[in-house]
Amino acid sequence: MTVFLIIVVIALLGVTFWQMSKILKLSKTGHEDSTQVANDNDNKNQGYLMLGFVVFLYIFMIYSFWAWGDFYLPEPASAHGVDYDRLMFISIGLIMTVQVITQFLLYFFAYKYKGAKGQRALFYADNDKLEFIWTIIPVIVLAGLIIYGLFTWSDIMNVEEDEDTLVVEIYAYQFGWKARYSGDDNTLGKANVRFIEGTNIVGIDKSDSYAKDDKVTTELHLPVDRPVLFKFRSQDVLHSAYFPFFRAQMNVVPGMITQFSFTPTITSEEMRNSEFMVEKVNELNQIRKERSKELVANGDVALDPYEFEYYLLCNKICGISHFNMQMKIVVEEEEDFNSWIAEQESFGETLKKEEEQKVSSNN
Amino acid sequence: MSATANATVAQDHHGHDDHGHHHKETFITKYIFSQDHKMIGKQFLITGLVMGTIGILMSILFRIQLAWPEEASWVFELFLGDKYATDGVMNPDAYLALVTIHGTIMVFFVLTAGLSGTFSNLLIPLQIGARDMASGFMNMLSYWIFFLSSVIMLSSLFVESGPASAGWTIYPPLSALPEAIPGSGTGMTLWLVSMALFIAQSLMGSLNYIVTVINLRTEGMSMTRLPLTIWALFVTAIIGVVSFPVLLSAALMLIMDRSFGTSFFLSDIYIKGEVLAHQGGSPVLFEHLFWFLGHPEVYIVLLPALGITSEVIATNSRKPIFGYRAMVASILAIAFLSTIVWGHHMFVSGMNPFLGSVFTFTTLLIAIPSAVKSFNYITTLWKGNLQMNPGMLFSIGLVSTFITGGLTGIILGDSTLDINVHDTYFVIAHFHLVMGISALYGLFAGVYHWFPKMFGRMLNKNLGYVHFWVTAVGAYGVFFPMHFIGMAGLPRRYYTNTNFPYFDDLADVNVIITIFAIITALVQLVFIYNFIHSIFFGKKATQNPWNATTLEWTTPVEHIHGNWPGKIPSVYRWSYDYSKLNKDETDYVIAGQDFIPQNVPLQKNEEELNH
Repeated sequence: MTVFLIIVVIALLGVTFWQMSKILKLSKTGHEDSTQVANDNDNKNQGYLMLGFVVFLYIFMIYSFWAWGDFYLPEPASAHGVDYDRLMFISIGLIMTVQVITQFLLYFFAYKYKGAKGQRALFYADNDKLEFIWTIIPVIVLAGLIIYGLFTWSDIMNVEEDEDTLVVEIYAYQFGWKARYSGDDNTLGKANVRFIEGTNIVGIDKSDSYAKDDKVTTELHLPVDRPVLFKFRSQDVLHSAYFPFFRAQMNVVPGMITQFSFTPTITSEEMRNSEFMVEKVNELNQIRKERSKELVANGDVALDPYEFEYYLLCNKICGISHFNMQMKIVVEEEEDFNSWIAEQESFGETLKKEEEQKVSSNN
Repeated sequence: MSATANATVAQDHHGHDDHGHHHKETFITKYIFSQDHKMIGKQFLITGLVMGTIGILMSILFRIQLAWPEEASWVFELFLGDKYATDGVMNPDAYLALVTIHGTIMVFFVLTAGLSGTFSNLLIPLQIGARDMASGFMNMLSYWIFFLSSVIMLSSLFVESGPASAGWTIYPPLSALPEAIPGSGTGMTLWLVSMALFIAQSLMGSLNYIVTVINLRTEGMSMTRLPLTIWALFVTAIIGVVSFPVLLSAALMLIMDRSFGTSFFLSDIYIKGEVLAHQGGSPVLFEHLFWFLGHPEVYIVLLPALGITSEVIATNSRKPIFGYRAMVASILAIAFLSTIVWGHHMFVSGMNPFLGSVFTFTTLLIAIPSAVKSFNYITTLWKGNLQMNPGMLFSIGLVSTFITGGLTGIILGDSTLDINVHDTYFVIAHFHLVMGISALYGLFAGVYHWFPKMFGRMLNKNLGYVHFWVTAVGAYGVFFPMHFIGMAGLPRRYYTNTNFPYFDDLADVNVIITIFAIITALVQLVFIYNFIHSIFFGKKATQNPWNATTLEWTTPVEHIHGNWPGKIPSVYRWSYDYSKLNKDETDYVIAGQDFIPQNVPLQKNEEELNH
């Protein structure tokens, strides 16, 4: 990586100095080239540079895909994510094909038809057939993409809620997240920021009978292979709940409830042990180790080794600490989820405790 | 040389009816409160370049922070001072302010006013054969309101609570509540005032351009004989008139929400331990209003660049632009579609998913006229006699980045795919290539091409070559890798990525991007030097240095009020008669000259073509 970097910098500086020296040379000869309009010599040089540039562009693109292609997120951990990735790869394949062809034509023509004295350009103003062809081809290709995309879109966005669906509220505030589970009745109690008070940090309506069994947590646990319907609520400004590993995202808007639904298909454990993630985490820990050395040398604390967890992050500018607004997500087997959720305190219990405390402090 | 001769002949033919406007000009009326469109064009350009320098410098500052997060640097100490860079480390609020003002300055002040303001003013009267704009006074007001708006925007950098820092899209409630972020205090107020003035100047300018193109075309200059630059600038002005007022209304409503307790965009907010009284508004409404301008704005930025490119590519290819009517149709189609696609910025905003489907459909339709334009540019190069002037290089560069950036639009415009790349670096890569870099290339192409017309001198071509090639390599070096870190799910507007260990392996790429950015920014100094040096010491320009056909090259090199000393030339042909052969195909129509200026009547040995 660093080697590549150095090569790039040196190459660029090289080009700069080469051009600079050419300028100096040209400015000395003076007379023949005083119009500042490109002459045959310029056309030739710049034509070759055009060819050189398209070579650079190709190498750079190939290098990017080779070196950074694996930045792409691991296999999708949600049911719809598979369709998402398929559509993504088809689209990337398509646009890269067009990219490779058109960039070649552009720069190759620029090289091939570089001007020279006596060369005659072709007066070629129109060709209806040609223009029809390159209107209709994009039309057909795009029609295909649009139709495919729209089917996938409506599959993802049309939520069919049945008894099995787990309803979870994701609550956003500057700068963190809370999850609220709907409890045994699978119905979220009413809530509004006006009810926020003391331990009732997400503003649940005490008088709503559905609210008693709601559970507010700081981690998001999800049972694998069960559809989850997320209801998003924000306390203050716009946030965006971005679940990159699940190919899911929805803005969180104060004053309204937005929603998104997906079915997690890969547990945290499985993802952690997948070939991709093992390799990735090793690499990350290598980087962290090296960085720690520097830090320790400067008298700072070393970085902890990294272990993969799914996360939810904020993806809509929301204030000073926008860059650190995250929540851990754990996808686990149904039994593990059940025992975890059973341990969490329900809103009713919290209220009771509070009242008892009040009573005892009054005595 | 015979071009000049021809033009002079044409003028002589019409006689010397002087239009008699030769009152004495003082320094103030000539250089400051000028009503001459050529001077106003230069004023827009220079103000735009100054703003551009500031905007690019800001981007370098936050790129340094992204490459070497939370490391102290003398650069920060120098530019940000102790307040925004405590102990030389950039603060998060400074970072957000920088990205916000960088976006605002580049989109509005450089690429809207600096690009369309400059070239609409310079080219519309000159290329359609008019003495000046329809209203010189309104034109002057337009510039000075722009200037005032720039000054207010820059002054917001120096207020106590800091400049606006809610992102250039200023979504409320973040932009409405000083409790949510310090920049939403006085800084935001100044931002809104500045933008309101900006919109006013843009409307004055646009109305003027529209009226001028419709009413002041010279004899024979039918709409289908207009150079594509004029078509592009004309349609740009129309889009501006249609969409800018909507942003003004959004800004006014936001001002009222901020200062007068209304609730257009605010509802159910609990902040700093208190529930606000605002109830019933919706931030999504603001997003609709903002993007109703925001998306057409992309084309307000881009169309002038494409228009300039059409002209520069045709002239330097010594060929007519391929498919003139298709180019005009594409401009019109893009303009129309641009006003009905805004929702693609809001696929995951919480609006009805059905709307998402509609906007996906309209958005992907825009790819069709864009593709037609790209293919037509490439075909124009085919079998040409390419004169590699710096303007030509930047035009070819524009087509290249327009394609690269445009193609990723197919991914972002697809509501499904947008879900996971929305607001990541993928978006940054996409729009910087397709509208940022492309429009800047258009601006540079225009400056290199029309510099002789503006200042009567030539820019140094070799410095132009250095400027282009380093910029071309650098621009791809900065923005191509961003696609990949975006695909990794890296969100934009993060002060640092170190809080997510998962992003640790992206750090090297961020360093590469920043190094490319610094090199690219530095090479712009070559341009600035060339620009300033050539204004005073450049090689004196001839009347028609690029052997172009359009009317501006029939005016004298020295600027005069009213543009043409004699009668305004009449037009007899379209603006793309390059390398046209005579009937027998033995030579060019005018022997030995591969172009026929628009003011040259149809020749005997020439076939009349309908374009």
